[in-house]
Amino acid sequence: MGATGGLTLVFGLPLAVALFFFGLAAYERRMGLATGPGFFQRNGLAVGLYLVLAVGFWVFFVIVLPQFSMVDMSFRPKLPPAQMGGPKDVFTLENYRYFLFGSTTSTSSWNWTHLKAFVLTIGVSIAITLFNFALCYPIAFHMAQSAGAARLRILLLLLIIPYWVNEILRAFAFRVLLSSGGIINKLLLGAGVIGEPIDFLGADVGLYMGLSYAYLLMMVFPLYSAIESLDKNQIEAARDLGAPWWHIHLFVVMPHAKPGIASGCTLVFMLCAGALAAPLVLAGPRTLWFTPIVYDRFYQAFNWPQGAAYAFILLVTCVVFVLLVLKMFRLSLGEITR
Amino acid sequence: MTSGPLQRILFAVYIAVFFLYLLGPLMVMGVSAFNTPQYPQVWPIEGLTLDWFSQLFADQDMMYGLRTSLWIGVLVVAISVPIGLAGAIVMTQIQPRVRSAYYLVVVSPVLTPGIIIGISTVVFWREFTTMTGTRFLYDGIILTVIGQSSFISAYCMLIILARLQRFDQAQQEAALDLGASYPQVFRHILLPFLQPALFSAAVLAFLSSFENYNTTTFAILSEKTLTTVLAGRVRQGSTPAISALAVIIVAVTIVGAIAYELWKRRADAAAERRLRAAQAAEESELSGTAAPMAA
Repeated sequence: MGATGGLTLVFGLPLAVALFFFGLAAYERRMGLATGPGFFQRNGLAVGLYLVLAVGFWVFFVIVLPQFSMVDMSFRPKLPPAQMGGPKDVFTLENYRYFLFGSTTSTSSWNWTHLKAFVLTIGVSIAITLFNFALCYPIAFHMAQSAGAARLRILLLLLIIPYWVNEILRAFAFRVLLSSGGIINKLLLGAGVIGEPIDFLGADVGLYMGLSYAYLLMMVFPLYSAIESLDKNQIEAARDLGAPWWHIHLFVVMPHAKPGIASGCTLVFMLCAGALAAPLVLAGPRTLWFTPIVYDRFYQAFNWPQGAAYAFILLVTCVVFVLLVLKMFRLSLGEITR
Repeated sequence: MTSGPLQRILFAVYIAVFFLYLLGPLMVMGVSAFNTPQYPQVWPIEGLTLDWFSQLFADQDMMYGLRTSLWIGVLVVAISVPIGLAGAIVMTQIQPRVRSAYYLVVVSPVLTPGIIIGISTVVFWREFTTMTGTRFLYDGIILTVIGQSSFISAYCMLIILARLQRFDQAQQEAALDLGASYPQVFRHILLPFLQPALFSAAVLAFLSSFENYNTTTFAILSEKTLTTVLAGRVRQGSTPAISALAVIIVAVTIVGAIAYELWKRRADAAAERRLRAAQAAEESELSGTAAPMAA
């Protein structure tokens, strides 16, 4: 973006929002909607300034403006620094055209490699999300409703330990496990099930297992805390009224745990679709995954505008997914980020 | 739902499979850290060794990355906890009609993939530092701290907000009636009340920062953290030294979790004692005043 235009935005936007809040406060006061002390009266000057500056810096300089400049860059051509802000620095769709057609100008053939990687990433992420939900629901239910206090402590500790082992090491563990000289292949060979080692990593089994494994706990904890708040008497009542066990889960527990289910699902999906460590460590030579492609746009091809466009595509997909989940479960954002 | 013996057995099998899936890979990796072969191997055990640990500590890059990671973690705590606190307080004071918009903005980093946060941070600060002539701010460590703070501040805000919502307004009103000013209420009533949440937020912020890879790998530029060095090592090939690092991290986690558990039990017991003492004092006061009246 142009230097003066950019700077106007960077300092103008926070100023405009500050003026908006000032105006809103004045309006509410005049209309008698707001009572009690004003913001600075209420907090004192020092604390009030701290609140405004801390939140202002966070919202504008850490969240909004970076996102904005990434989107802005994705609609710009790749130029040497000297020409930035010059006559050639115009809005263009060429980065998005490249994603679809593999060329910045022609639209004759599709960019199958990147499109396939994108579709596969989204599809596999959804599948892993469902798989993790199915795997975690029973244990979350058990911990929340039927486990005793001592047992619960042990289960929680066992869950928390792998949670703090970082993503790369978790992926590495799967490489040790699944490589052709790994323990699984040795066991299968020793048992005579297979004649020669299976190439789990080349077949992407390792990647998918590693992803599911890495984000298992992002599913357990939201489910657990949502089911925990369900009154045990409701389950008792349903059972006394003769409901079969699957009725109880489907019509009593799950509706109550809706916010937890939605929050676990969005988290696992978002982390899978945006995972970089597991594909890096576990991918075979022919593996397709979207995030390494984005990474390569930046640090292999050095085409930042294109990388920004790819990142924006991923972001829009995640936002759409979150909105769909919210719509499906009829929830608001506030309910799932608790 | 576990009534019949069959169901009970099925459930036990399920629990066993679940934890085998969860802990098995870590155990396998753990064993390979003590086995002698060059490639991480679990079976056969060809000999026990601690060489991989000494090799790990002799790895200059790894140690340099560890120092940077610790630094970044401390800086992220120093930035994210105050921002999260401010964000939570503003959430309770902001005009109701803009509250949901504000909430959407500050919670969005939690639901944004880490690589996108890293990318947008680098893109923005590259342009901003060029435009304002503050190129020295375009530094891997600074950018990583800023990038990580965007979502870690949101975690902190959510933790602090959860406790803030249980804050009894009567306490504040009592203090105000007794002549305290608003800043005094903040300093002497609100902060002590929020202290456990602030502590949890700080711990979570440090751990999240320390283990972060996705945002860091974009924002770190030419600097190195433990996770980026580790990713490079793993890419080059598998060595048991990496397993050794995992063993150390797991050990530290277990010790930390147990220490936290003990600390919490002590705190709970102390709170219990205080409560009982207060009750006893109240009772004796009541019987003390009641006695003369009866006489």
